[in-house]
Amino acid sequence: MKKQYIYSLIFLFIMGEIIAQQTPAPKQTKDYSIEGATAHIGNGEVIENSLIMFSNGKLKFVGSANTKIARLGNVINAKGKHVYPGFIVANTSLGLGEIDAVRATLDYDEVGAMNPHIRSLIAYNSESKIVESMRPNGVLMGQITPRGGTISGTSSVVQFDAWNWEDAAIKVNDGIHLNWPQSFTYGKWWLGEDVGAKPDKKYTTNVEKITTFISNSKRYLKSDKNPKNLPFEAMEGLFNGEKKLYVHASGVQEITDAINYIKKAGINNIVIVHGNDAYKIADLLVKNNIPVILERAHRVPSSSDTDYDLPYRSAKLLVEKGVTVAIGMEGSMERMSARNLPFYAGTYAAYGLNKEDALKLITSNAAKILGIDDIVGTLEVGKDATLFISEGDALDMRTNILTHAFIQGRKISLETHQTKLWKKYSKKYGLQ
Amino acid sequence: MKKSIILMIFLFSIILNSQEYFPINTGVKTKPNTTVAFTNATIYVTPTQIINKGTLLIKDGKVLNVGKAITIPKGTEIINLEGKYVYPSFIDIYASFGISKPKRKPNSRNSKPQYDAERKGYYWNDHIRPDTNPINLFKFDNKKAKELLKAGFGIVNTHLQDGIVRGNGLLISLNSNPSSSNRILDNKSAQYLSFQKSNQSKQAYPNSLMGAMALLRQVYYDAQWNAKGLSKNNDLALEAFNKNKNLVQIFDAGGKQNDLRADKIGDQFGIQYTIVGGGDEYEDIDEIKATNATYIIPINFRKAYDVSNPFFASKIDVSDMRKWNQEPSNLSVLQKNGIRFSITTHKLKSIADFNKNIQKAIKFGLNKTAALEALTTVPASILRKSNEIGKLQKGHYANFLITSGEIFEPKTITYENWVQGSKNVINEMNIKDLTGNYTLSLNNNKYLLSITGKGRKLASSIKKDSLKINSKISYISNWLTITMNETKDSSKFTRLVARINDVSDNLSGASVDADGKKSTWRAIKNPLEKKEIKKKKKEATKLSITPVTFPNTAFGFSKRAKQETILIKNATVWTSEKEGILQNTDVLLKDGKISKIGKNLRTGNAKVIDGTGKYLTAGIIDEHTHIAAVAINEAGHNSSAEVTIEDVINPDDIKIYRNLAGGVTTVQILHGSANPIGGRSAIIKLKWGETANNMLYKKSPKFIKFALGENVKQSNWGSNNTVRFPQTRMGVEQVYMDYFQRAKEYNDFKKTGKPYRKDIELETLAEILNKERFISCHSYVQSEINMLMKVAEKFNFKINTFTHILEGYKVADKMKQHGVGASTFSDWWAYKYEVNDAIPYNATILHNMGITVAINSDDAEMSRRLNQEAAKSIKYGGISEEEAWEFVTINPAKLLHIDDKVGSIRVGKDADLVLWNKNPLSIYAKAEKTIIDGIIYFDIQKDLELRKSVQKERNTLINMMLNEKIKGKAVQTPKKKASINFHCDTVLEY
Repeated sequence: MKKQYIYSLIFLFIMGEIIAQQTPAPKQTKDYSIEGATAHIGNGEVIENSLIMFSNGKLKFVGSANTKIARLGNVINAKGKHVYPGFIVANTSLGLGEIDAVRATLDYDEVGAMNPHIRSLIAYNSESKIVESMRPNGVLMGQITPRGGTISGTSSVVQFDAWNWEDAAIKVNDGIHLNWPQSFTYGKWWLGEDVGAKPDKKYTTNVEKITTFISNSKRYLKSDKNPKNLPFEAMEGLFNGEKKLYVHASGVQEITDAINYIKKAGINNIVIVHGNDAYKIADLLVKNNIPVILERAHRVPSSSDTDYDLPYRSAKLLVEKGVTVAIGMEGSMERMSARNLPFYAGTYAAYGLNKEDALKLITSNAAKILGIDDIVGTLEVGKDATLFISEGDALDMRTNILTHAFIQGRKISLETHQTKLWKKYSKKYGLQ
Repeated sequence: MKKSIILMIFLFSIILNSQEYFPINTGVKTKPNTTVAFTNATIYVTPTQIINKGTLLIKDGKVLNVGKAITIPKGTEIINLEGKYVYPSFIDIYASFGISKPKRKPNSRNSKPQYDAERKGYYWNDHIRPDTNPINLFKFDNKKAKELLKAGFGIVNTHLQDGIVRGNGLLISLNSNPSSSNRILDNKSAQYLSFQKSNQSKQAYPNSLMGAMALLRQVYYDAQWNAKGLSKNNDLALEAFNKNKNLVQIFDAGGKQNDLRADKIGDQFGIQYTIVGGGDEYEDIDEIKATNATYIIPINFRKAYDVSNPFFASKIDVSDMRKWNQEPSNLSVLQKNGIRFSITTHKLKSIADFNKNIQKAIKFGLNKTAALEALTTVPASILRKSNEIGKLQKGHYANFLITSGEIFEPKTITYENWVQGSKNVINEMNIKDLTGNYTLSLNNNKYLLSITGKGRKLASSIKKDSLKINSKISYISNWLTITMNETKDSSKFTRLVARINDVSDNLSGASVDADGKKSTWRAIKNPLEKKEIKKKKKEATKLSITPVTFPNTAFGFSKRAKQETILIKNATVWTSEKEGILQNTDVLLKDGKISKIGKNLRTGNAKVIDGTGKYLTAGIIDEHTHIAAVAINEAGHNSSAEVTIEDVINPDDIKIYRNLAGGVTTVQILHGSANPIGGRSAIIKLKWGETANNMLYKKSPKFIKFALGENVKQSNWGSNNTVRFPQTRMGVEQVYMDYFQRAKEYNDFKKTGKPYRKDIELETLAEILNKERFISCHSYVQSEINMLMKVAEKFNFKINTFTHILEGYKVADKMKQHGVGASTFSDWWAYKYEVNDAIPYNATILHNMGITVAINSDDAEMSRRLNQEAAKSIKYGGISEEEAWEFVTINPAKLLHIDDKVGSIRVGKDADLVLWNKNPLSIYAKAEKTIIDGIIYFDIQKDLELRKSVQKERNTLINMMLNEKIKGKAVQTPKKKASINFHCDTVLEY
């Protein structure tokens, strides 16, 4: 009986190897040198005919291939190809939801208005088929963020090749996400109301709820903390600088109010998320050193009299004023679309940014905003060897074709549920 | 209670013509002499027949005579109207007076949708209620009657404003005499229709505008069938409908687009509706004129928006602001285009605004005579009652207004509104006008007294030199009193009193000061100052109306774009033909067609566009979109083959312009996927600024949307939606088997030549069997794809296109064998369980299997960058750039059977082209010019100008609105227009 049980376990294990997603790569033991590629460093610099070497998961050399230096380990000839630091998607619910229409697969939205103690990391599914589909496009890290409520909860940053959420974590509990109230609300058409939006009479009250919550938590943290209050405890990092406050807001009034109220409450690490109208008050953002996690470029203008390309130009309008910008994913089909992150950067490049500046949005800027720029975000010696090689320009779908990808020096698989089905049926039809 | 109302109505209807045989128990039964003569008035017998110093003689509620030298019978009461005007009272032809609209039953949390009618013995759809007889519901509304009388109305035409077919209406005289029993002038004044469902029923069908249109058409067919006596069952609704056939047909459409939709249905059945419009008819005046309809127009002009908060102001769409500015000119535009119209209080929040708004319309160019006609003779003639109402000719009802001056003049006071010979006082007729500036002398002091206002409602302002003195004025009966507070000490007041006499314009009387000391005072009226008059004139000429654009929204063109002869020189031309990519090539566009392709073509008189370094391609074609339509899903039935998107095209949708900016020139607007058999689609060219009709392909190939899987099973519609068949994929097959079997039987029976009940739904399905209509079927998993092909094969036809088709790659061999095309997403997946196995390699596998593949959008965002979606097939599956480009040009053209006209660059084809700045498949590519039929509809340079003009217009309008607010006029809270992005599964109640 017992034996049988063990056999079936082994059988399952083997089956698992075959049909489940690819196995996470083991710790880097072999060194790699990538030679001849155009290296996009992620900070604006480009090295033609580059040499990149890494061992034990860390970058050991980044420079010209003309440098007379011994090549480490396996040498990958990448002439004509391009190397990029692994792309980072901010504000994403990857791993917290699998199939939009199947409620049982969704874990991103908890009941309650003030949930700073809710932590995304422990629900992150490292074996999500959607997460695995990020990797063939170069998206290798993400800030896993809960949704809903006024304070949705606490996010963490993960890398996309892991056995479990503990392995995946790069930065645990990096920040708290606050959905700032909207000054305009849409009518509820299903209740027969006019669908247009009108100024929300409850806006002031809604803002007050937030400021009250923050000041209550501050008072609690200075007290003897008895009895213990979980939500208030979770707020501590905001006051001591360990966590950032990600304020999800779009309008001029909302952003201005948020900055003023929150600074006044003693929280200084603020990031604006969405920020559709942030360009109109870029000076305020620069003055307060507040970065913006913009939405994907591929969205429709907010009203019918808006320039058709305003969403495409939104990054340029902020960057040219000196705001640090990254790209996040929130809204309809946000998880499966996150693999298009490079193309959002590409679109921002088509509409005003130069390509290397556009690249920063999903590399060094994202790393800076998420507070992981000491380990990832650029191809610099000492940082994690989280990078990939593409046949061509990775911001363009025509040429974003990955040949190799590494996370922490580990050579990861680029196979997915989708490539397997592709190969399975191609084989059936004798197409390949 | 109900009984008593019915009883009362019963009494009314008996009394209707005469009271003469009624016993009287309150006195003696003597008949008073009711003859009254109104003399010396300016009488508008009709808006154009005017008698100066005429006499109007009325008796027993009717006009006995009218004229200049008419004999006044002895014993007649004579009212001298020297200097006054007499007009026929107004008629409000579209009202709900005295008939309250039933409230919609609230939805309970667990209520299942209702698919069948509740009423038995009537039509199968509860929203068709021609049997409604409002006389059973009518209750004279005294309060409302007073408001209407005050606004000048003597007659209202009312009905129950509920349902798609609403039955007949009542013509009511606003005779306020409580003993009057002659109020109901007609109890079948017209038959009323609309696109709006009844509040009295929860029946799900129709849930869309196009469903309402299809339903109405079917009602006409069924009524014909019923009238011929061929119907197998009695149908009280259709019988009533047929009885109402010869009445005036009044259609509440409610806006320019729906006006045209209503007229289209009318044309189909030989009926000319009188159309209740929406006030925006000026935007598409040529088309409105072409309906030949008479219109009933509301004048509920929107208030200016409160734009004092710039954050809020920035949310208001410029086209909404523009409408505030333009709307008051609607009537003037209608009039100038020779369109017959009546004016109604319908939709006005307050009837008190009626006259103000008429005056505003006049200020915006409406001719006064036309305005008067629109309220008198036109409604009378619409109701076929020109011999009874609307004029002051002999024998007409004695319904008339007595005014101080010309009607519609802001200063004119309406004194009395007589209805059927009964007097209603609106403002006292013989009240003296005290307004003006006076020099007031009191206790040896001189003051400036100005009195403003109208009639008895006066306001005073008193100044001593430049010092303003608080005061209050009142004018009751013959006495004027003024209270002043000269010292600003709130315990010290002076009171002035004067008796008004007819002799002098000056005022004089007694005064009492704070200490009780009595004295006298005088106020000498000053002549009107000239300056004031001048200033008023100046303001009147300042009116500025924003010109209408095509379409009348932001980014609309000031003139409709015109066809040109265009030579694009030296471009890299992606032909989507076997010629492939041609370098340094010229393309000449002439008469809307591609005329020549070659090198160094002669310029002639063509407009030259330098294509050096640029890429010229055929316009992108989107096989699956939901833009440019006001409705997408008719979800009230599991089959809705009777509906068509062609009915609900919205040519003003900004998404058309945005698609042009993404290089899209042709789209198929598909019905959604709420049911296995959806609706017919519309194939349009994105000719921004054109009418819906001009966007449609001429002799368009016919398509219908089918759908499979989770949406049609209502899997994701919540737990209440579990009663409609089918709820499983097994059921979906049987829906098709059932409908096609019935369509076959219908078709076969039709061929026998015997009379048949025309059924629009089965007609459409028969077209599929007859290979005259193609199916584009929303599909995901392999089992259902396979199933539908087998169903089609059983009925001996082929599925034309599987759209979405995300598991097509699993049955590519079977699809190839069936001969079906595929229109798919590039990389969407995981949004539903059925797309769990969707892969971005689908397009390439299908293509490599020899199937015609297109990449579609189903989404107003993705549709503006289909070039990029096509490019994803290079990444996922490694096909060539030329093949990828065909996925969005010639291939969708083939799927839509329009590849003889569009989809590639070939001589003789339509000049539908896009000039790109870079390789069109690149993420960095921008469409610089998008051309359809040789007309440039998008130009990246012109777009910059349009942006500037949007900003300029916004600023101008904001300042105009601020001025409005500062002047103290009413303003409304800013509102942001909601924009709904339609997808396949968007189901809305319209």
